[in-house]
Amino acid sequence: MATLELQGLAKSFGNTKVLHGLDVKLDDGEMLVIVGGSGCGKSTLLRLVAGLESPTAGRILLDGKDITHVDPSKRDVAMVFQNYALYPHMSVFENMAYGLKLKGMPKAEIAKRVEEAADTLSLSALLGRKPGQLSGGQRQRVAMGRAIVREPKLFLFDEPLSNLDAKLRVQVRADIRKLQKRLNVTSLYVTHDQVEAMTLADRLAVMEQGVAAQIATPLEVFARPADQFVAGFIGDPSMNFCKAVLCAGGHGAKLAAGPEVALPGEASWGPEGMAVMLGIRPQHVVIEPGTGPLGFAVALEEPLGSEALLHGTLPDGEAFRIRVPYPAPQATALTISLPAAHLHLFDAQTGKRLEIA
Amino acid sequence: MKKRPDFLAHAVLLLGVLLFMFPIWVAFAGATQSAAAINRGAISLVPEFRKLGVFVQALSFSNANAPVWHMLLVSFFMALAIAIGKIVISALSAFAIAFFRFPLRMVAFWLIFITLMLPIVVRIVPTYAVMSDLHLIDTFPGLTLPLIASATATLLFRQIFIAVPDELVEAAKLDGAGPMRFFWDVLLPVSRANIAALFVIEFVYGWNQYLWPLLVTTKGGLNTIVIGIVQMITGDQLIPWNLVMATTILALLPPILVVLAMQRWFVAGLTEADK
Repeated sequence: MATLELQGLAKSFGNTKVLHGLDVKLDDGEMLVIVGGSGCGKSTLLRLVAGLESPTAGRILLDGKDITHVDPSKRDVAMVFQNYALYPHMSVFENMAYGLKLKGMPKAEIAKRVEEAADTLSLSALLGRKPGQLSGGQRQRVAMGRAIVREPKLFLFDEPLSNLDAKLRVQVRADIRKLQKRLNVTSLYVTHDQVEAMTLADRLAVMEQGVAAQIATPLEVFARPADQFVAGFIGDPSMNFCKAVLCAGGHGAKLAAGPEVALPGEASWGPEGMAVMLGIRPQHVVIEPGTGPLGFAVALEEPLGSEALLHGTLPDGEAFRIRVPYPAPQATALTISLPAAHLHLFDAQTGKRLEIA
Repeated sequence: MKKRPDFLAHAVLLLGVLLFMFPIWVAFAGATQSAAAINRGAISLVPEFRKLGVFVQALSFSNANAPVWHMLLVSFFMALAIAIGKIVISALSAFAIAFFRFPLRMVAFWLIFITLMLPIVVRIVPTYAVMSDLHLIDTFPGLTLPLIASATATLLFRQIFIAVPDELVEAAKLDGAGPMRFFWDVLLPVSRANIAALFVIEFVYGWNQYLWPLLVTTKGGLNTIVIGIVQMITGDQLIPWNLVMATTILALLPPILVVLAMQRWFVAGLTEADK
């Protein structure tokens, strides 16, 4: 039962700015997933909240209380580490109980909490084992258990699924989400995997070079990416971009690849001649044999079972991808059109999303 | 893996075992024969089993300044103190160097490291002077303290400690473990296999000390078994070789027992360790 508020949180290591003043507020029980490539500052952010690093500037408020300079063990947060960080010489029970023991909790209470958590996570039969005798998925659950027994105000997840194989990952992902919802604990979850991010998040924070490029619900991020980076990062296969300039009084755009396309909406998108970046997701491209305005040279077909992904180039050499239902048309040259409703426009200079005012 | 037993490898190993065992066997067989026969050079490789009582007799043998059993005890406690002392001191210094940021940390590290480069013989005169100023000559602390400081063990522990994953350190921090608690609850148990190995090495090292105990002790009460054996064979009178050989065999036993006892320990530690 807690809210988390980060105010202008910044961190530099020497002269390297890793995090440039982040502001975000998490509601009670909300799961915020922080997603980004490596080196974007997402792990640093988590470590700042955990208290493993101290910020260069800014404040961290947990439930309204300033915990910026509180000792990690007294912050009432629990963290699940990427490599689980289980104590190898302790049994599963001892691993989960260790933090409680250090808090001076009575033995009976510890046993009760650990057994409850073990029950929830189907670990009851494994309590006497050492971490070395467990599978990857079981270790992951022990790491979860260690966080749960502390009954913290805040969960911190540091890429907890990255060491599991693909099949297990899907299942554990769902388990984590169910558990988090049931316990209703406010959570920060760091990942580089966009599918994990989309499926787990109440809200998503897409990080780029120490800045939160967009903080919004997963569907909002998908439908209206705030800038070109977010647009390219979220969505698989990722969005196509083509250079263009506005024409027809800002109601259309002339592609660098040749043809003009109509833009959505009634209003003008800007002055004629303004350089923009058009984005369209591969699944929204329409193939119109013979009649489409834009040529597309197919270089490679990737069959994915129910659909196929075509890699190729536009007439100006720009790389482009199209996702079509399987089987894909067997041709090396296709003509396509870009439906106005699915176009995203970005300012070519700043990369920011353009909206009709 | 090959199914066929590797005869050549076994032959080489057996030859090695024989080479190492032969002198010990001679000492064992010699112990059961009469001193006169050995002095004549007529030593038989077949032990006389009805004379095995010589080993009990040797315990109270006192050709040197103290009976053999006493010297064995002195050696044992000296080796024990050195091994435990080394492990405690080096583990703590390595803990400081590996996990804390303090001024002159690298200076401290290099100072410890440099002592590795000086052989004991070079340090022995100043060490004696220090012990003398502290009035520790002819005392048990004087016998053990100078041998406890150990750069090798410190470096070894440092290597072990820096291999401990950062996540484990951080998990302990979040669990509320202070530095010493982390040291005691996590670091030592995680490195117990290494500690067992180190204990064996340092115990044997301590047991075999000769030069320093010879210098620092003048009273018979602090004579170690190694000194005792040397004294036994440097006298003018007829040397009771059978008792000397029995003593030698007895002097071999404690290190062997320590190796056997600890071997189980560290093999168990190695197989269940998960780092």
